[in-house]
Amino acid sequence: MITEKDVEYVAWLARLELTAEEKERFTRQLGQVLEHAAKIKSLDTGDVEPTSHVVPLRNVMRDDVVEPGLTQEEALSNAPRREGGYFAVPRII
Amino acid sequence: MEELHQAKAWELMEMMRRREVSAAEILHSVKGRVESVEERVRSYITLTLDQAERAAREADKALAEGKDPGPAAGIPMAVKDVLCTKGVPTTCGSRILENYTPVYDATVVSRLRREGLTMVGKANMDEFAMGSSTENSAFGPTRNPWDLERVPGGSSGGSAAAVAAGEAVWALGSDTGGSIRQPASFCGLVGLKPTYGLVSRYGLVAFASSLDQVGPITRDVRDCALLLSLIAGHDPRDSTSLEVELPSYAEGLEGGIEGMKVGVPRELMQEGLTPGVRECVERCLSLFRELGAEVEETTLPHLDYALSAYYIIAPAEASSNLARYDGVRYGLRVEGEDMLEMYGKTRAAGFGAEVKRRIMLGTYALSAGYYEAYYGQAQKVRTLILGDFRRAFERYDVLVSPTSPTPAFRLGEKVEDPLAMYLSDVCTIPVNLAGIPAISIPCGLEDGLPVGLQIMGKVLDEATLLRVARAMEEAIGFRERPQVGRGVG
Repeated sequence: MITEKDVEYVAWLARLELTAEEKERFTRQLGQVLEHAAKIKSLDTGDVEPTSHVVPLRNVMRDDVVEPGLTQEEALSNAPRREGGYFAVPRII
Repeated sequence: MEELHQAKAWELMEMMRRREVSAAEILHSVKGRVESVEERVRSYITLTLDQAERAAREADKALAEGKDPGPAAGIPMAVKDVLCTKGVPTTCGSRILENYTPVYDATVVSRLRREGLTMVGKANMDEFAMGSSTENSAFGPTRNPWDLERVPGGSSGGSAAAVAAGEAVWALGSDTGGSIRQPASFCGLVGLKPTYGLVSRYGLVAFASSLDQVGPITRDVRDCALLLSLIAGHDPRDSTSLEVELPSYAEGLEGGIEGMKVGVPRELMQEGLTPGVRECVERCLSLFRELGAEVEETTLPHLDYALSAYYIIAPAEASSNLARYDGVRYGLRVEGEDMLEMYGKTRAAGFGAEVKRRIMLGTYALSAGYYEAYYGQAQKVRTLILGDFRRAFERYDVLVSPTSPTPAFRLGEKVEDPLAMYLSDVCTIPVNLAGIPAISIPCGLEDGLPVGLQIMGKVLDEATLLRVARAMEEAIGFRERPQVGRGVG
């Protein structure tokens, strides 16, 4: 069973600040969904390979040809904050 | 007399080419409809009528000069707001992208632009395509044109509502677990989820990358085939895009279905079907037989586990995809003392409840100690489901089921009960896990609300799927439209 502590930990991993009300609600709702999802645990999958993708995936390579891309102005045009041609962020440490 | 905004795209194309009607007249009719019903239906997040008018003028100019303006020219279209459109805001129904304006077009959009795209607007949707009712949009719900107290389905609810209400003639949606087929079903329309890899995902804002596909929402099967032809095909910008020869989907439509084998998976006929849905689907089974097809009940035992596996896999992929919304390069930023605080506050303010729930669920399923039990196991169940479909398609040309176990439900009915909401996708989800194509066509009414028939096909066999859908469309003869009173008819 998922506890409020689990929810706090997962929220931290996912970089989501939750209110006290959200923690309470998500603990209850995630519990319900996980209980339903637990149904898959009953299947015997001992010799079954996992499928991550339905397309037979291989590396798709192409020649390294120079093509026009986004300009610096375009790339920065949606930035919440910018400074001298860079994305500006708050201090990290 | 039928009004222009109610016509099919192919009818309008023919009329324009015979110079019986101009693109400007068609757009005028649709625009009038937007003016009279949009306030009640709320299909769109952003209207782009100026762009549409320019496109219509260009179409008329080309036609006057005896040139071909392209199949999309002059046909008013709604584009789900999950597809990037250069210079036009693309919100994904989220506060976090409220002020995001892409600097490039999604591949499907640029392909349509080359064919004369006449875009009425960006259609409303559940935030990041997570939902089955369009109630999860940060910009308010869309209402079902058949009954304004009911949901249009989701997540492509705005696209479906726009076409049903006459605010567009056709639309693009995206489908990760049923998000094209279920709203098409709720709104009395045709909706197709193509084979995974047939349509480029470049510029489609990612939800669950191994399941997402773009596809058409239209008024009939012929329009669906035409629109599919315009968006399908290999794209070097999407590494999962398939390099295959494309058939002409519109050409083989009238071939009939005599001698075809139709399987009915028992697992999709049990869970919470309303009497009306059951009756409509059973009537379809008789029609299949009348048309010369063989119908047989069959079993795909692992479909009983599809919903559970999906609600691990899709949130897991979503939690990873949505990590990009960090307030740095685009989208909302809420300032904090340091980077971590900025992330936490930005994401808390930018995402709605359902998106947070799925991120949490996915993060949990991928976290140390739970990965094998949940995500690893769900991927193995996916293999079992693929095997069930592979075996079924050795015996059957197509499989059929209801698209949704119920017709459109009421606004607010399932918002606080995520599991009940998830269960409304029980018939559509297996298709995404298997990567196969499936179409929903209207097959009747229950209490005045449309019911959809889902037809599932073999990988890359959209041609057969569309042929079967066309034959059934003809046999079913669904002609109803939203009624005045409850809806916007």
